[in-house]
Amino acid sequence: MHRFANPARFLKIARPLTGWLFWSGLVLLLAGCACGLFLTPADYLQGQTVRILYIHVPAAWLGMAGWTGIAVSALMQLVWRHPLAAVAGRAIAAPGALFTAICLATGSIWGRPTWGTWWEWDGRMTSMLVLLFLYLGYIALANASARQGAGQGGVSNVTAIFGLVGAINIPIINRSVVWWNSLHQGPSITLRGSSIDMALLWPLGLTLLGFSLWFGAIVLMRMRAILAQNKVEARMQRLARG
Amino acid sequence: MKAKHQRLILALVALAALIGAGLLAASALKDEAAYFYAPGDVKAKGVEPGKAIRLGGMVVKGSLKRAADGVTMSFDVTDGKATVPATFSGIAPDLFKEGSGVVAEGSFDAKGTFIATNLLAKHDERYMPRELEGMSYNETTRVLQVDQ
Repeated sequence: MHRFANPARFLKIARPLTGWLFWSGLVLLLAGCACGLFLTPADYLQGQTVRILYIHVPAAWLGMAGWTGIAVSALMQLVWRHPLAAVAGRAIAAPGALFTAICLATGSIWGRPTWGTWWEWDGRMTSMLVLLFLYLGYIALANASARQGAGQGGVSNVTAIFGLVGAINIPIINRSVVWWNSLHQGPSITLRGSSIDMALLWPLGLTLLGFSLWFGAIVLMRMRAILAQNKVEARMQRLARG
Repeated sequence: MKAKHQRLILALVALAALIGAGLLAASALKDEAAYFYAPGDVKAKGVEPGKAIRLGGMVVKGSLKRAADGVTMSFDVTDGKATVPATFSGIAPDLFKEGSGVVAEGSFDAKGTFIATNLLAKHDERYMPRELEGMSYNETTRVLQVDQ
């Protein structure tokens, strides 16, 4: 990983990769959404509302994967002092929070016709809302402690520790429907197979992959933006010193 | 030992302690964080009449009866271990039906009947097209027919 400690070397790979991830992700997720809207049959119980699945599940996955990414970059910052780790953590936070919010909103829209309620304080919904608040807290801490210029856009160790501590919520979200009685249904896709019929399942693969690639593109764009910002700041400081 | 390794060990020990604390808290919250009581829990632990709770389980097939007033209904809720009779007056969600999951908010009366003030339909993890369930749906008339 320390091969990429040099931002120039990282940028050499990140620049072309951003475009590839962005466009292939966009094509896949639009294809998946179109297939999910027009080609799949309605569910036997939920009817047409089942189609929210193709957005809701990738959003939930990326909200949780995003925080896992923050925790990994926090570990790399604290242990290996990798200069790009904090930049990656900062870059992940905003899209992670966005997808968590999308997950909560689509779940609420689905819950009203299916369950008969917009919101209930069950284990899954509450832990997912906590994840959104963790993201907002991380963003606030990271922005407050971001060092510009020579500090390479890093965040304070306190922010990194917050990212690590918050990771405890990820297994709780995942297991919440198994540990506790909850209104949210149990996991449909497990190691033993899927209880979603193949006729309904296949576009989910497209949107999952598409949104994930897109997420990667957004993170790379934000990392490049932070690195560019640092360069500007460093140059300004040098100019100011004369 | 290099400082890097010291930090790695420290971080891993902290992480292990954190996960342990999280798991302990989660298992301690096992009952409190449960969203509803299952009929088996009610039978095993007992819930005093009048206490506001949520009761969750499956609606027993053949138990759903609608009263003449059109809004009152009675049904049995089961979790396989115990069965509890329940009544509800009001508008039930579309997915509320026999043989599928329900979460009812309300309380028990003195005779052990659950008086629900609100019904939520609980969806299970199965998703499938209507044709597989022996049903066909007419897109123009919007009528769902059960094939015999």
